[in-house]
Amino acid sequence: MNVLICISRVPDTATKIVVGSDGKTIDNQGVKFIINPYDEYAIEEGLRIKEKFGGSVTAVTVGSEQSSDILRTALAMGVEKATIIKAPEIFDSYFVAYNLAEYAKSIKPDIILLGRQSVDFDSFQIPSLLAGLIDYNLVTVVSKLTIDANKIICERDVEGGKEIVETNLPCIISAQKGLNEPRYPKLPDIMKAKSKPIEILEAKPTDLKMEVISMEIPMKQRIGKILSDSDEDINELVRLLHEEAKVI
Amino acid sequence: MQKIDYYNIDELFTIEEKLIRDSVSDFCDREIIPIISEHYRNATFPMGIIPKLAELGLFGITLPTEYGGSGANYTSYGLAMQELERGDSAIRSFVSVQNSLVMYPIFTYGTEEQRKKWLPKLAKGELIGCFGLTEPDYGSNPAGMITTAKHANGKFILNGSKMWITNGSIADIAVVWAKINDVVCGLIVEKDMRGFQTYEMKNKLSLRASITSELIFQDVEVPEENILNVKGLKGPLSCLNQARFGISWGAIGSAIAVYESALNYAKTRIQFDKPIASFQLIQEKLVWMLNEITKAQLIAYRLGRLMDEKKARPQQVSLAKRNNVRMALDCARISREIHGANGILDEYPVMRHAANLESVNTYEGTYDIHTLIIGEDITGFSAFR
Ligand SMILES: Cc1cc2nc3c(=O)[nH]c(=O)nc-3n(C[C@H](O)[C@H](O)[C@H](O)COP(=O)(O)OP(=O)(O)OC[C@H]3O[C@@H](n4cnc5c(N)ncnc54)[C@H](O)[C@@H]3O)c2cc1C
Ligand SMILES: Cc1cc2nc3c(=O)[nH]c(=O)nc-3n(C[C@H](O)[C@H](O)[C@H](O)COP(=O)(O)OP(=O)(O)OC[C@H]3O[C@@H](n4cnc5c(N)ncnc54)[C@H](O)[C@@H]3O)c2cc1C
Repeated sequence: MNVLICISRVPDTATKIVVGSDGKTIDNQGVKFIINPYDEYAIEEGLRIKEKFGGSVTAVTVGSEQSSDILRTALAMGVEKATIIKAPEIFDSYFVAYNLAEYAKSIKPDIILLGRQSVDFDSFQIPSLLAGLIDYNLVTVVSKLTIDANKIICERDVEGGKEIVETNLPCIISAQKGLNEPRYPKLPDIMKAKSKPIEILEAKPTDLKMEVISMEIPMKQRIGKILSDSDEDINELVRLLHEEAKVI
Repeated sequence: MQKIDYYNIDELFTIEEKLIRDSVSDFCDREIIPIISEHYRNATFPMGIIPKLAELGLFGITLPTEYGGSGANYTSYGLAMQELERGDSAIRSFVSVQNSLVMYPIFTYGTEEQRKKWLPKLAKGELIGCFGLTEPDYGSNPAGMITTAKHANGKFILNGSKMWITNGSIADIAVVWAKINDVVCGLIVEKDMRGFQTYEMKNKLSLRASITSELIFQDVEVPEENILNVKGLKGPLSCLNQARFGISWGAIGSAIAVYESALNYAKTRIQFDKPIASFQLIQEKLVWMLNEITKAQLIAYRLGRLMDEKKARPQQVSLAKRNNVRMALDCARISREIHGANGILDEYPVMRHAANLESVNTYEGTYDIHTLIIGEDITGFSAFR
C-alpha cells in the first residue's frame, strides 16, 4: 500500500500573529511554524498503514523551501521520502490542490491522507478539490479508519454522532482529531532522518481562483453577560451555555 | 518549541537538536507531568515510564547505534535532560544514571564482550543500572572509600557498602567503585550475586519520586570478566563529568517550569485590586528569574558545543553545574514566594521542584565542592584536599 501524506506548514497556535505591511499577508518575522496539527494524525495513520500492509509513505507540501523543517519532523516520525513543491509567494487553495494533484498523478498512491483542515486559513478546501482533480474517492473528517482488503471503512464525526461509511481504493481520507495518537519522533530516528532526502520541485503554474483583498486581526470584544444567583438566573445560565455558547 | 527563549538561542541549535528537544518536551507534557505529583506524594518511581523512555531512545543518547544508542550529540543529550527535568528531577536523575553513570563507563572502559553483553539491554530498558560511589562516611571525598575487593582464584571478593545510590534497589546491575590494592577500580555487580543486598532509603523529603538505596556487599564474588578497564579516581570522576553536564541542562528545565508557573500566577492573581504582576517587587523577581535562566542557557549552550568538540574541561563542567543548579534552586524558592500560600500546594509544581533541587545542589559534587574545584583551577591552590 503506497501512501501519500499532504502536509501544511502553519504558524504555531501559540504565536502572536501580526498582519504584514501590505495588509494582505501574515508577517512571518519571529513566527514559529509547525506541522498543521491535523496533519500529524494523517502522518501517524500513514505510518500505521505501512507498518501493517507494507509499501511506502511519502510526504509532500506545497510552499516555500523553509518547509523542510516540518518535513524533517515527518521524516523523523518514519516517513521515507519528502517533497517540497516550491510555490510562489502568493497562492491559493486551488493552486495547492492542483499541484498536489499533479504530484499524486506522478506517483499514483493507493491512499492519500490529509488533515481535515489547515489551522492557518481554515478553508477546508484541499481534500475536496484534490479528489475532484484526480478522481479518487473521498471521505472527510475521519476519526477511525479500518482497511480490510480493498474495503475502506471510515468512522466520521457528524453533528451529535458518528457515521460509518465504506469506500474503496484509491481514496483520499482527511483526518480528524482522535484518529490516533501521533507518535513522538524517536531519537535514533531523528538522527537517521538527517540522511533522508528532501526533494524540491518547482510548482506548475496555474491561474489563481481567489485573491486576498485584506486581512485584519479581530478586535477583542467582550460581550459578557452578568447574571445573578437567583434560581431563575441559574436556569437561564444553563440555557445560555447550552443553546448559545454550546459548551454543555 | 523552546519554552523560554529571550535571546533567540533557538536559532543556534540544529534541526536535529530542536527535533529531539521538541520530542522529549511533548513526552514530558504527555507522560511525566500528568502523573508525577502522585508519585512524588507516594514516594514511588513511575516504573511504567521506563519502557517509554527506552522506546524514545533516551538510554544511550550519545552512544553509537550498534550498541542500541541513539547516535546523537552532547547538545541533544543536554536538551533532552532539560525537558525531562522540566517534568521532575527524579525522571532526569533516572536517565542521567542510566546514560552517564552506567552505559558511559561500560562503553568507555568496557571490553567488546562487556559492551555487547550489557549495552543493548540497558538501551532497551530491559536492564536498569545504578552507580555506587558514595559511602556513608565518604561523600565529597570519595578517595577515602573503604569498600574493597580482593583478587583471588579468578574472582574479586567485594566487601563494603554504598549509600545514597539512585535506582539502587530497582537496578539489575550496579557499577561499583571499590579499592583493589588501594587503587579505585570499577566492577559490574549483578543483582543476584550472593552477598549483595539493597535497602531503599525511606522518608526523603526531596526527590521523592526517585528511588535511593543503600548497597551492602558481603563477600560478593564478582567474576573477573566484570571488571572495567580503568584505574584510579579518574574512572568515576569521568562518569560524573558526563552526568554533571546533563544536570547543568536539566536544572534549566526545572527553572523554566517554576518561572512559567510564577509568571502565569502573577498575571492572574489579584491582590489590592490588581494582578500582583503589576507590582514592582513581583516584576523584579520575574525579571531576575528570566535573566538568570537566559545566562544559564548560554552557559549550557556553549558547554554543549565544547563537549561536542571534545574540548570541555571538567572545571568548565563544574562551573555550569554549580551555576545552573543554584540558579534553578533560587528560582524555585522565589517562584514559591510569588505563589503565596498556593505555592506550598502540590497543585503547583514549584514546591516539588524546590525540594528536588536541594538534592541536585548536593549530589554530583556539592555547590561548594564545585566552587573549590574552580578555585583550585584559577589559583593553583587546592582548598579541599
Ligand atoms: C537523592 C540523592 C541521590 C544520590 N545518588 C547517588 C548515586 O546514584 N551514586 C552515588 O555514588 N552517590 C549518590 N548521591 C550521593 C551524593 O553524591 C553525595 O551526597 C554528595 O557527594 C555529597 O556527599 P555527602 O552527602 O556525604 O556530604 P559531605 O561530603 O559530608 O558534605 C557535607 C557538607 O560539607 C561540605 N564539604 C565537604 N568537604 C568540604 C571541603 N573540603 N571544604 C568545604 N566544604 C566541604 C559539602 O559541600 C557539604 O555542604 C546521592 C545523593 C542524594 C541526596
Ligand atoms: C500553612 C499556612 C497556614 C496559614 N494559616 C492561616 C490562618 O490560620 N489564618 C489566616 O487567616 N491565614 C492563614 N494563612 C494565609 C496566609 O496568611 C497568606 O497565605 C498570606 O497572607 C499571603 O497571602 P496569599 O497566600 O493570598 O498570597 P498573595 O497575597 O496572593 O501574595 C502572592 C505574592 O504577591 C506578593 N504581593 C502581594 N501584594 C503585593 C504588593 N502590593 N506589592 C508587592 N508584592 C505583593 C506577596 O508578597 C507574595 O509574594 C496560612 C497560610 C499557610 C501557607
